[in-house]
Amino acid sequence: MNATPVPVAVSPGELQRLSRRIRYKLIEMSHRSGAPHLGSAMSCTDILVAAYFGGVVRINPTDPQDPLRDRFILSKGHAASALYATLAERGFFPRDWLETFATRGSPLAEQPAPNCAPGVELATGSLGHGLPVGVGMALAARIQKRAYRVFVVMSDGECNEGSVWEAAMFAPACRLDQLCVVVDYNKWQATGRSNDVMSLAPLVKKWEAFGWSATEIDGHDVTNLAAAMSRVPDGTGKPVAIVAHTVKGKGVSFMEDDNNWHYRIPKAGEVEAARKELGIE
Amino acid sequence: MRNAFAQQITALGERDPRVVLLSGDIGNRLFDEFKAACPDRFYNCGVAEANMIGVAAGLALNGLRPFCYTIAPFVTYRCMEQIRVDVCYHHVPVTIVGTGAGLAYASLGATHHSCEEMGMLRLLPGMTVLAPADEWEVRAAVKAALNQPHPVYIRLGKKGEPVIHAAEPEFSIGKAIPMRPGDDVCILAAGTILPIALHAADVLGQRGISTAVYSAHSIKPLDTELLTAVFARFQLVATVEEHSILGGLGGAVAEWAAELPAPRPRHLRFGTADEFLHETCEQEDAREHFGLSAVAIAERLAKALSA
Repeated sequence: MNATPVPVAVSPGELQRLSRRIRYKLIEMSHRSGAPHLGSAMSCTDILVAAYFGGVVRINPTDPQDPLRDRFILSKGHAASALYATLAERGFFPRDWLETFATRGSPLAEQPAPNCAPGVELATGSLGHGLPVGVGMALAARIQKRAYRVFVVMSDGECNEGSVWEAAMFAPACRLDQLCVVVDYNKWQATGRSNDVMSLAPLVKKWEAFGWSATEIDGHDVTNLAAAMSRVPDGTGKPVAIVAHTVKGKGVSFMEDDNNWHYRIPKAGEVEAARKELGIE
Repeated sequence: MRNAFAQQITALGERDPRVVLLSGDIGNRLFDEFKAACPDRFYNCGVAEANMIGVAAGLALNGLRPFCYTIAPFVTYRCMEQIRVDVCYHHVPVTIVGTGAGLAYASLGATHHSCEEMGMLRLLPGMTVLAPADEWEVRAAVKAALNQPHPVYIRLGKKGEPVIHAAEPEFSIGKAIPMRPGDDVCILAAGTILPIALHAADVLGQRGISTAVYSAHSIKPLDTELLTAVFARFQLVATVEEHSILGGLGGAVAEWAAELPAPRPRHLRFGTADEFLHETCEQEDAREHFGLSAVAIAERLAKALSA
């Protein structure tokens, strides 16, 4: 039996510095590779930083297959650059892998392939898959009598998928209280406002009505995010849903809440302007 | 067949703690023995097949061996993309078991018919597709699926199919089972249609036509060693299945044979046509409709042989 992996908790100031550094890295990665979905990646950066550096996910970068590790699935695979940058920062693989992102022969494709890099639990990219698979992982923990938790980060657009709600009904029926969904609720999907395209609101009430212990939170408050995710299981006996209010393109004024950055690639001048805004030396 | 599956999965579950059974709200009481033997490894996933397949992948990624069971069209067509991405792309050992496949549920209408699913699943990289012919082959197929680490699809009939084998035959994935030797025609039959194929061979025998018959339960991988021998020896080869002539055993054999050097034998495909069955009827009528009776098969083969 392996030792239970331990999380890393850093100071609130350092968490914010990390978020800024990772956001700048994402902008560089998009600029260099021409890969889109920058706004989506920046939207969930703070959720990833909270999970991996806020003392939440129990993992050991030197033993990424530890059977007792917490499982973390970025179900919104189009934001993979944010996962890769966070995992590299956390020491799962060398930072210079990020320089190869979405280029020929790189382990880091635009959207992650199975076992593409240490720390990546699931190939994602097609939406609505991460939660059902995460439910299966949580069920495996129960069957195998392991205490790990499963975290699934989804986009709000992803909540259009019927499979999300199939899983949402199934997990509480199984009382999978070590399962946590975080919805990156930036109010945009690829081509429109997510509450116009589908009747998504009231999102917290929907998760509640499906039998989840649901809360909403500022999705850019890394300290509070980490605290909320750390509470899983929360004692209610229910799986936990955290609806994280976010801003697409968060962190750079000319990208924030502008859905053009779902597809746009930053030009050299925009990279430089973003660098200054983010306070990167 | 479904009872044989329930008995076999129970026997396997009792001795292998990796076995997990997921059901799509089907099989009322069918799995009572499994539930009693393995109470923490049975889950009714409800009428939500997409989630069931994702759940199975999550279990398999963590070392468990899930079997997903429900009516064939719902556990295949309904959740094709989950099978493709969660199961096949990750290449995990999930076994998908479709009951009532082919025309077994003829009377329930075309929503419940499953005459395209082998073709659809056969296209998925890394997927094995099996069509056992009777309850003995079902038991063997379920054991074979558990004994290897990859995705498998097994199509079943429903219940009360003729038992063809006297005992469990030697069974391996990718190896057809010889049923009867013959010299003039070779019939490769997949699944519960096998007794019809054997009967067709009898009818041909009465006309002096010697017919070899194989249970070609493995649609993917094909038994290419056998096919090589059969296509070298016979002038007429037939594939028989309760599945569209597109994409199933007949389709797979035709694709394989397309690359053979000429001359090569004639290959006749017996199966369902490229259409939905709109008539209210029983399985036997449905088979008749598609030319899948012993007499119709024998007639067409005898005609081809004399042409």
